[in-house]
Amino acid sequence: MKKIGGMAGAMLLSLYAGASSAAWQLNLTTGATKSTQVIYDLHNLMMWIILVIFVGVFGVMFYSVYAHRKSVGHKADQFHENTTVELIWTIVPFFILIAMAWPATKALIDLRDTSNPDMTVKVTGYQWKWGYDYLKGEGEGISFVSQLSTPQAQIYGTETKGENYLLETDRHLVVPVGKKIRVLTTASDVIHAWNVPAFGVKQDAIPGFVRDTWFRAEKEGIYRGQCAELCGKDHGFMPIVVEVVSAEKFSAWTGEQKKAMAAAADDPDKKWELADLKARGEKVYAANCVACHQANGQGIKGTFPALDGGKITTGPVKGHIDQVLNGKAGTAMAAFGKQLSDTEIAAVVTYERNSWGNKTGTVVQPSDVKAARK
Amino acid sequence: MSAALDTHGKAHDGHDDHGDHGHHTPTGFMRWVTTTNHKDIGTMYLWFSFAMFLFGGAMAMIIRAELFQPGMQIVTPEFFNSMTTYHGLVMVFGAIMPAFVGFANWQIPMMIGAPDMAFPRMNNWSFWLLPPAAILLVASFLVPGGGAGVGWTMYAPLTTQMGPGMDLTIFAVHILGMSSIMGSINIITTILNLRAPGMTLMKMPLFVWTWLITAYLLVASMPVLAGAVTMTLTDRHFGTSFFNAAGGGDPVLYQHIFWFFGHPEVYIIAIPAFGVVSQVIPAFSRKPLFGYASMVYATSSIAILSFMVWAHHMYVVGMPVAGQLYFMYATMLIAVPTGVKVFNWVATMWKGSLTFETPMLFALGFLFLFTLGGFTGLVLAMTVVDVQLQDTYYVVAHFHYVMVAGALFSAFAGVYFWFPKWTGKMYDETLGKWHFWLSIIFFNVTFFVQHFLGLAGMPRRIPDYALQFTEFNQISSIGAFGFGLSQVFFLYIIIKAIRSGEKAPQLPWDGADTLEWTHLPTPAPYHTFENPPTVK
Repeated sequence: MKKIGGMAGAMLLSLYAGASSAAWQLNLTTGATKSTQVIYDLHNLMMWIILVIFVGVFGVMFYSVYAHRKSVGHKADQFHENTTVELIWTIVPFFILIAMAWPATKALIDLRDTSNPDMTVKVTGYQWKWGYDYLKGEGEGISFVSQLSTPQAQIYGTETKGENYLLETDRHLVVPVGKKIRVLTTASDVIHAWNVPAFGVKQDAIPGFVRDTWFRAEKEGIYRGQCAELCGKDHGFMPIVVEVVSAEKFSAWTGEQKKAMAAAADDPDKKWELADLKARGEKVYAANCVACHQANGQGIKGTFPALDGGKITTGPVKGHIDQVLNGKAGTAMAAFGKQLSDTEIAAVVTYERNSWGNKTGTVVQPSDVKAARK
Repeated sequence: MSAALDTHGKAHDGHDDHGDHGHHTPTGFMRWVTTTNHKDIGTMYLWFSFAMFLFGGAMAMIIRAELFQPGMQIVTPEFFNSMTTYHGLVMVFGAIMPAFVGFANWQIPMMIGAPDMAFPRMNNWSFWLLPPAAILLVASFLVPGGGAGVGWTMYAPLTTQMGPGMDLTIFAVHILGMSSIMGSINIITTILNLRAPGMTLMKMPLFVWTWLITAYLLVASMPVLAGAVTMTLTDRHFGTSFFNAAGGGDPVLYQHIFWFFGHPEVYIIAIPAFGVVSQVIPAFSRKPLFGYASMVYATSSIAILSFMVWAHHMYVVGMPVAGQLYFMYATMLIAVPTGVKVFNWVATMWKGSLTFETPMLFALGFLFLFTLGGFTGLVLAMTVVDVQLQDTYYVVAHFHYVMVAGALFSAFAGVYFWFPKWTGKMYDETLGKWHFWLSIIFFNVTFFVQHFLGLAGMPRRIPDYALQFTEFNQISSIGAFGFGLSQVFFLYIIIKAIRSGEKAPQLPWDGADTLEWTHLPTPAPYHTFENPPTVK
């Protein structure tokens, strides 16, 4: 008996745990910024007003359904207009709307004020990852690309899904707590949208244009979001992870990043051997090319061309470098010139020309790419 | 009812009893290809739209099946994107719009005492443009690269990355647009020129009024859409840069043009639905429509306002604050005439003598759920709240409340309401009620929970989602499968009624008082009002 009671208790507890977790979230996210609280309060106010109208209108309707049925012998009146009533229900809603518009206007003006930031970060949407450049303030000059780190095996069900399934990235955007961060958004290919619900931020990233938004995180922690504008095949697989840390931790992090960037910088004049370059190129390929052209270089028939035996990957090397640098207009092939260094482009071109069935034997040096950039 | 038949003076018993034309009428398939009869064409519109509805519904089932659990199980991400795209396009342009044009064809001439539409041959062509457009849409799945995965809004510059499926879709939209424009011109001309003596504008049934207003919206907005997709086409193939910043264009320009069409489009779908409901509710309340004149003015105001609010679909694109404020205020203003309509419908029921046959149930379902969709529209109008909700499932829930529970339920109400007049048969009332209750319950199971998904931040148009969204997605998918099956059940009800339905009485609904009920036999003969009735 005791055992059964215990089991029932455990089940109830687990139900409660389920109900209190994010799984059954019924209202907007709040907490990390003041903006989210403003939005949350405004939304709740709206819901109260709506509830009152709802009860009023449908109270009358359901009363009518209940009391004015033919089956209870109700005889129909034949009135069909009443100017006073009609005027009242045209004018009163006006005032209700003004009551709603007042706080909404105030909130909008406050929330759109991106002036006087402590730090500015540029966010660039790529198919299908985010580029971050620290433009102004501490950490200036740090630049990296962040992409989904959930393994394919979890997506295709051969592995158990982790806690932050689809909401985890290899690199986090790290920002200090309590500072006003201005975010400039842009994109290199199609429109994306940078969206972190916990900050109350969503801003389209538009190729060729720069837009801005801002947030000031009040609490340290890790906050997650996703691209919010349909941007092609892997739209659902380009999450955003922002790590809010203390000022000290942030300084330490920027120091580390700068050191790491200096160490990782390739000597652009180095002469590479085929094997080394191919190994490096495989990594670049896995990070940038594999989503469309696939690991086996076969692409996806009709959408993304095969590189194995492809016209460009086995044709003149100049055309190949040009394609990777500048992309191909009118297709999903992006211009990687701005995202990748000379060494990386040299490596990936070499890799593509010497992998699968491609046996051109070409070794592209970083200096070749540098020359092609002009 | 014999008095009514006398005023018509020329009641025929059946379809074939009209040999007084002195020319040969084709039969079989060619009858339908060559017909210029508004009733035949209305029937074809309705069957076409129902076929498209099942096709679009099948795509929705694939979407909900993939979203039943996290992870990719059934389709690829590209195919998923094409499903959301064509589900939207097929439902909007293939199902809902032609359904209401079908109602217009059947009802407008009968309701205003006209013998047919003003341009019968153009009417034929308006319909027969639809099947080629549908074939182009289906064919885009068969060309290399498959269907375009760009969303029904077809935002640039994503459209430039698509295969030839995109071009087929663009041509389909062109053809659908031509069909709509011709249909609208026909409707406007018919209403303005072919009314029976004494049928002044302010005596027209409200359904006719709503279609007059809708037709103007169509004529004004469809060319804008045609322009937008044509620019997309030339950007894709002829080196123009309308939407390409690198060539001096602007991707956001596409959105402005699209939504200048897209917002009126919402009302192109909703306003005829208002019209149907405005016929059904008074009929089953046995009481005239409350506030007829204010209904006409409110509908016109909604139509005019619909051209001034387009950028509320674009709050997160990055507009000046002044622009956002303007679009917020203008959008909220639509609540006033919409409120007037809702209040009028409720006041029509007030102190009536109500019965709840299937058409009335669907009209009430419309009234209740469309109003909920209106409320969430008010929430979305608030720019700062919309920043959290834009492009999430909240928006998906919102527009399905106004499109499905709004327009579709109203179309169901209309079909059940006029079915006896069209066919002379009655549908099975019990089955009709089952159809209503199954539809409304499964509809809410499907879409109500999507509000919560959106509030929690789940983006729309994603084939896979984070684990915290699992439970609500499963509920939603179960509801969707139930809703889909309920519509197959509707097909069964209709076929059963056509084949073995009971003979309909002359006036099946006590409160129905428009010309097609008072002046014409049931079923309506092939040719009606060859001599116009006199309306007092």
